[in-house]
Amino acid sequence: MWHNIFKIASKPDNIPIVGMLLLVFFFWFLSFWAAFKNDRIRRAAAGKPRPEGGKSKGDVVDVIDFMYPEEEQGLPKKVSCWPHLVKLEFICAIAVMALLMFWSIPIDAPLEEPSDSTLTPNPSKAPWYFLGLQDMLVYFDPWIAGVLLPTFIIVGLMVIPYVDVNPKGNGYYTFAERPFAILVYWFGFFVLWVLEIVIGTFCRGPGWMFFWPGQEWDPHRVVAEVNINWNEFLANISGITALKSETAGLLLGIVTILAYFGLGMAVPYLWLRRQESSIIYRLGLIRYCVVGFFFWTMMTLPIKIVLRLMFSIKYILVTPWFNI
Amino acid sequence: MLTEQREKIKEIVTESQVYKSIFRRGFEDTTKNRVLAIFGNVFLHLHPPYVKRHALKFTHSWCMGGITFLLFLVLCFTGVFLCFYYHPDKINAYRDMKYFEYDVPFGVVLRNMHRWAAHLMVITVWLHMTRVFMTGSYKPPREFNWVVGVFLLVLTLLLSFTGYLLTDDQLGFWAVTVGTNMARATPLLGHEGPFGEQLGVTAYNDIRFALLGGSVVGGNALLRAYVWHCVAMPVTAILFLAVHFWRTRKDGGTAGPL
Repeated sequence: MWHNIFKIASKPDNIPIVGMLLLVFFFWFLSFWAAFKNDRIRRAAAGKPRPEGGKSKGDVVDVIDFMYPEEEQGLPKKVSCWPHLVKLEFICAIAVMALLMFWSIPIDAPLEEPSDSTLTPNPSKAPWYFLGLQDMLVYFDPWIAGVLLPTFIIVGLMVIPYVDVNPKGNGYYTFAERPFAILVYWFGFFVLWVLEIVIGTFCRGPGWMFFWPGQEWDPHRVVAEVNINWNEFLANISGITALKSETAGLLLGIVTILAYFGLGMAVPYLWLRRQESSIIYRLGLIRYCVVGFFFWTMMTLPIKIVLRLMFSIKYILVTPWFNI
Repeated sequence: MLTEQREKIKEIVTESQVYKSIFRRGFEDTTKNRVLAIFGNVFLHLHPPYVKRHALKFTHSWCMGGITFLLFLVLCFTGVFLCFYYHPDKINAYRDMKYFEYDVPFGVVLRNMHRWAAHLMVITVWLHMTRVFMTGSYKPPREFNWVVGVFLLVLTLLLSFTGYLLTDDQLGFWAVTVGTNMARATPLLGHEGPFGEQLGVTAYNDIRFALLGGSVVGGNALLRAYVWHCVAMPVTAILFLAVHFWRTRKDGGTAGPL
C-alpha cells in the first residue's frame, strides 16, 4: 500500500507538493501560535497601567510594547537597516541558495518522451498548482471550474482589503479580533485549494477516478453512472414524476440558485440586524453583498462535493445552453 | 613595521581618486555611515534607512516576500542561460532538453535549478500571501499593494504554466493541453462555452485559438509560450514588482502595530 503512495509522492514534480504541505502545516502552526500568544498578552495588558512614557493614542499603540519579550520592552521601536536587516537578508539568501543547490544536484527535473498528440496519457494532469482547478471539473462544468471560478478567486482576493472593514488586527497576528476573516481564509486556502491539490495528485487515477491513497490504480475499474440532476432527485424523493420534465428542471434550478444566494445573504443580514451588530453598519449594503456573493460562491464547491458524493446529484440547473 | 606598511597601503587605496569615486562613506560604525550604506547604494536603497524592530523577526515576516524575490532573480539568471541554448520550435525544443542533459556544461543543474526554483516560488508566493493575510497587512493604507500582489501571484502561476510547455515532452504537452482546453469553455469567447456557438465562435476563432496560435498545441503554441514566458510576462512582472516594492515603502514599510 505504501509503495503506491511513495511512488506518486517521489515523482520529481510532486516533491514540491510534499514540501508545500510541510511548509503550510508549519506556518499554519506558527501563525496561530503567534496569534493566540498576542491575544493572551493583549488580554493581560488590557488591565495593566500604561507603561511609563508610552503613547496613549488608541489601545493598539499602548498594548504593543507588551508583545515584546520583557528585556526588549521600552527599546527604540526602530533599528537601522544596515546592518540589522541587510545581514538577515544575506543569511536568508545564502540558506535558500544552498537549499536550491542541494535540491538541484541530485533530483533531476522531469523529462518524459517527446510530445505526441496521438498518445494521451491516462490520467493527463495539469501542473500540480492547477490540480485544484482540474479537480473542480468533477463537480462543475468546464466553463465554471476552468473560467468562472478562477476569475472569482482572483477578483475575490482583490476585494478582500476593500470589504474587510475591521480596523483591528492591522500589522500583528491575532485571532480573537478577526476570527471570521481568518477562518474564511484558511477554509479557502487550506481546505479548498491545498486539499484539492492533494486529492488531484494522490487520489485521482486513470479516467480521473477517485482512488484512496495506496489503492491500486486500476484503469478498468467499473464505476456505475448513477448521477441524477436536482429536479430528478426531488422527483424521486417526493414521488411527483412531473418534476422530471425539462421545464420543471429549469424552473426548479433557477429557484434553487436564487434561493441559495438570496437566503444566504438575507438570513445573516437579518440576524446581524437583530443582534444590533455594528458590522452591518460599517460594511454598508454594497460591501455586505460583495462579501455574501463571494462567500457563498466559494461555499458552492464544498456543497456540490457533498451533494455529489452523498446524493449523486450532478446538476442543479439544466438549460439547453449551459448547466450548473 | 608590517602594520605601518599595511596602514600606509590602506591609506593610499582609500584616499585614491578611483576608490573615492566608488565608495563614498567611511567604515566607522556611525549613524551617518549606516544611513549612507543604504542611501548610497542603488540596490540597497529599496530599503528604508530604519526598519521596525519586529520586522526583523522570522516569526513576523517569515522572510517569504524576500525569498520570493530572490527566487525571481534566480529564475531570471538561470533563464538567461537556458535561453542561450534553447530553440522554441517543434524540431529543436525537445532535442535541446537532451542537449542540456548530455552536452551543455552544468546544463542539468541549470535546468533543474530553474524548474525547482519555479516550483518553490509558487509555494513562497502563497505563503507570503498567507503571512500578509494573517498579520492583516492588507488593511489601510496597504489595500492597493495587496491588489498588486494578487496580480503578481497570477503572473507567477502563468509564468510557471507557460514554462511547462517549453520542454515539449509528454508531461508539458498534455498539461498545457488540459489547461488550455479550459479556454474552450469560456462563456461567449470559447467555442464550447455557454453562448459561444450562438455567437458564431468556432475552434478556429475562439480564445483558445488566440492563446495557442492554432487549434492544437503545436509549433505556434510553443513559440507563443516562449515569448510570453521569456519576454512579455517577466517584463510585466518586473513592472508590478517595482510598484509593489515602491508602495511597500510609501505605505510605511513592513506593516506593524506601531
